[in-house]
Amino acid sequence: MPASGYRYLPNTQQDRAEMLAEIGISSVDELLADIPVEVRLQRPLELPAALSEPSLLARARQLADRNTNLDQYLSFLGAGIYEHFPPSVIQHLISRSEFYTAYTPYQAEISQGTLRAIFEYQTMISELTGLPVANASMYDAATAVAEAMIMAIGATRRSKVLVSKSVHPAYRRVLATYAWARGVQVGEVEISRSKGVTCLSCLDLAIDDQCAAVIIQTPNFFGCVEEAKEAFELAHRHGALAVAVVDPVSLAVLAAPAEYGADIVVGEGQGLGLSTSYGGPLLGFLAASEKLMRRVPGRIVGQTTDREGRRGFVLTLQAREQHIRREKATSNICSNEALCALAATIYLAAMGPTGLRQVGEASLHKAHYVADRLGQIGLPLAFEAPFFKEFAVDTNFRVAEINQRLLEQKIIGGYDLGSDSPGLSGLQLFCVTEVRTKAELDRLVGALEGWL
Amino acid sequence: MAKDDVKYTREHEWIKLEGNRARVGVTDYAAEQMGDVVFVELPGAGETVGKGDSVCVIESVKAVSDVYAPVSGRISEVNNSLLDSPELINSDPYGEGWLLVIELEDEGELEGLMDASGYEKFIAEEGH
Repeated sequence: MPASGYRYLPNTQQDRAEMLAEIGISSVDELLADIPVEVRLQRPLELPAALSEPSLLARARQLADRNTNLDQYLSFLGAGIYEHFPPSVIQHLISRSEFYTAYTPYQAEISQGTLRAIFEYQTMISELTGLPVANASMYDAATAVAEAMIMAIGATRRSKVLVSKSVHPAYRRVLATYAWARGVQVGEVEISRSKGVTCLSCLDLAIDDQCAAVIIQTPNFFGCVEEAKEAFELAHRHGALAVAVVDPVSLAVLAAPAEYGADIVVGEGQGLGLSTSYGGPLLGFLAASEKLMRRVPGRIVGQTTDREGRRGFVLTLQAREQHIRREKATSNICSNEALCALAATIYLAAMGPTGLRQVGEASLHKAHYVADRLGQIGLPLAFEAPFFKEFAVDTNFRVAEINQRLLEQKIIGGYDLGSDSPGLSGLQLFCVTEVRTKAELDRLVGALEGWL
Repeated sequence: MAKDDVKYTREHEWIKLEGNRARVGVTDYAAEQMGDVVFVELPGAGETVGKGDSVCVIESVKAVSDVYAPVSGRISEVNNSLLDSPELINSDPYGEGWLLVIELEDEGELEGLMDASGYEKFIAEEGH
């Protein structure tokens, strides 16, 4: 370290000397004396020489240029993360210093604005799902699915759940991890290969009176709208809870899950105004029936009145949470994705019910247009069930070739369904949202037409 | 005030023997300490529990408390009226506020339970 210290490190040489003198030692190494010499690195870290700030920026830019982005490439990739348009107002509002934190404040009630925003978020999730209780958000859909399982296990005092193989494979892997840690048995229910939805007779065979929950995603991982009502009737007949995993954007055009019997609804909120950034951040949401209110994980904001009768917001039902219930808490989630939830709230407020419906309808129509065109050029639909904004086509085992061809034309193709389930190899999942123009849709078809 | 016709545990539960059936609730003292009860989570009738297992959760405005099975056996009844009227635990802890009935498996487990005067002494010693 130069005598003057490094510009951006707050401790100067003098600060360090004074601190060491204060505790009566002469070097930082002495602080580490308890660590055996054998396990200590006896040489400097092998790092390249320091760069000047302009050179550093140039280097970073060079590295960043090795990535590509959705401004340069036309994407038809979905499979859990969706390119819906985020209105500019979102970034402006969430960047305000009053809001810019990922956490619920520790002295929550001081931050009435934050609590109010979370309350609005919960209200919107409740309206979309049709269920009366929603929490302040979860990490992502995968952990929300796992938390739904935990709720169901607690509520039914059973230790087995059934999940359809049409639920996102990543969600199922996270579910399996949580289940393993709690000694919960997870059964996976086959899909009907022709329809692309959960095989109801398989579910009927698999379910018994020891089952705590039936977990169905709709539209499912293959884009297909499930026969969720029938699946959930089976669940209820055996005393199991019905867990729906949904795309919130689809709820603008499809029935609210409460209408077909869901007791718990979870899903990924990324499509509500959040970017498609690699790795997130994502936004899980969770809503439940009133009966399950005390089993809901995480924070819940409630509305109340103060002693002067003014409207105010408070954290409520905290007895579920780990700072009070310790190891018996409903969940170990103590924070939430408040900033992402805020973005979703602003998105939903900006779009309104009509706007969201337009997004849903445009996605639906454009996806069906592309599906028809791909069908005409030799890529028929793989499944019979109705779909929303994603659909699988049968490529006759040419997924990799197709994606290579598209990539050469700066188009990111669809997801290879065979990469998660060998039984579905050759099937490719395309996603089309409202942001795609007709010209772009035709560009996709044109890139493959005549070449296939 | 502690009652004479029941036995007490160190976890502030009472047991009233009705033949081989043990009716279980929380004591007046416990109810007072918890404050207004707002929610009770009951086990399912028919479940078998071991002595010391957590069988109920009582949520009050101040805290959440577990109730532990004072004896082993099969739960033959639960007080479902608490689901709608949890305040019965405050207003009538030894009566309408009962929690559940366990069919006693081993009478030996009753040894060591306190009578009313023993329990009152216990509370005093606990330093409350």
